[in-house]
Amino acid sequence: MTLAYDSFRPYTFVDAFKFMADNAGLMWSKTTEHLIVSGEAISIALLIAIPLGVWLGHIHRGSFVAITGSNILRALPSLAVIAIGLGYLGIGRTNVVFALVVLGSPVILTNAYVAVDGIDPDLIEAARGMGMRPLEILLKVELPLALPLIFAGIRTAAVFIVATATLGGVVGGGGLGDIIVNQASYFLRGVIAGSIAVAALSFAADFVFWSLQRAVTPRGLRLQARSFEPMSPADDAIAV
Amino acid sequence: MTGPSLLATGPVIPNFGEPPGGKNGCIAQNGTFCWDWVSLHWSDILQPRLVEHIQLTAIAVGIGFVIAFAAALVAHRQRWFEPSFSVLAAFLYTIPSLALFQLLVPFTGLGVLTIEIGLIGYTLLILFRNTLEGLRGVPEDVLEAARGMGLTRCQTLTRIELPLALPAITAGLRIAVVTTISLATVGAYITPLGLGQPIFYGLQTNFTTEFVATGALAVLLAIAADLIIVLAQRLLTPWAHSRRLAT
Repeated sequence: MTLAYDSFRPYTFVDAFKFMADNAGLMWSKTTEHLIVSGEAISIALLIAIPLGVWLGHIHRGSFVAITGSNILRALPSLAVIAIGLGYLGIGRTNVVFALVVLGSPVILTNAYVAVDGIDPDLIEAARGMGMRPLEILLKVELPLALPLIFAGIRTAAVFIVATATLGGVVGGGGLGDIIVNQASYFLRGVIAGSIAVAALSFAADFVFWSLQRAVTPRGLRLQARSFEPMSPADDAIAV
Repeated sequence: MTGPSLLATGPVIPNFGEPPGGKNGCIAQNGTFCWDWVSLHWSDILQPRLVEHIQLTAIAVGIGFVIAFAAALVAHRQRWFEPSFSVLAAFLYTIPSLALFQLLVPFTGLGVLTIEIGLIGYTLLILFRNTLEGLRGVPEDVLEAARGMGLTRCQTLTRIELPLALPAITAGLRIAVVTTISLATVGAYITPLGLGQPIFYGLQTNFTTEFVATGALAVLLAIAADLIIVLAQRLLTPWAHSRRLAT
């Protein structure tokens, strides 16, 4: 590795903010790239994992796929997935997006499955008694009740994806990782500036999905989530 | 002037010989995945790095577990301990690991210490949280019954609370192990140790098989570790197998 070993001084953190101001154009373009890569990954992960998880939970089947399978996917080291993907998908963004989808979708899938699968059967029974069809039960009863847990999964996945998109810097995927892996050109202050930007983006992604959750949760169910609390990936660590 | 002149002899091209497999073999052709290379370098590249990787992971999870366990016991008795910890957890997790290792270098140097400190930091958060959740999840009536039976605080902890918290603790260990395996590959960016080293080296030298094969090995290691822990979990806590824990 070609690293220039920069010394750390107490004011390196102040320098990091100066770096942001001095290199506003660079920070802006790398942040945009970072957002595009993470945004693509989150969208694809959502498109795959939400319908699959909700559907499997609705029919109460496929716990093997939704829990065991996604636990295995979740165990895969992202850098290793990127390395393998590089051999088959080539250098650039596609490969990074693929690795991020592998990273993010299991969390969303498991949470969506557990959320819908775990709904009180009495409620489903009541809905059926009211004459609702299966699709109506899914859309009007199961989904609204499952929303908090589904969004917990999405928020965790979003934080994971935005933080891990940094690895794109290693394999030409663009994004803020380009600054973070280039200590030789940008020095430690640049590395810190890049990290601050990544951390800020993670919080922002978390906040966006939290707001979205509030917006789509029916008012009667809104009691639980009052104020924004940052999600840390350790939060869902207990889901077996 | 007589004598041999370097210029007269033309450029000196060192002859390293053809790579194993000949010049049309997959090593010379830099194929996507080349078994010849894997079998040739298993003993001098892949296997030693695999062992290093397992060592890095075991040390980090071992030390992390001891610290996190002690901290969780303190937090279980002293309520104020936990919120400060949660803030730290949320903060540390948003720092990209690639940057964290670099930021530690000025303090701990370019050695195994830097990687281990970073890895331990990440395991602490997971293990602390899960241990605490496990201890807090013990039902109040069970504790009541223990008190009614005349168990002391210490006896309640070792005989009631810890066994009941075991499923949550092992779940935490599982996540800590796979997370550490993943982050340890990134740590090789700083110090050439573990399976990350051939990945970064292969990326630098643009030799595809090296990073693809090592990546595959890291993936297999993660899956194997995950399965072993699940198996151990089932053997240790057979009673937790029947019900599923959700968040």
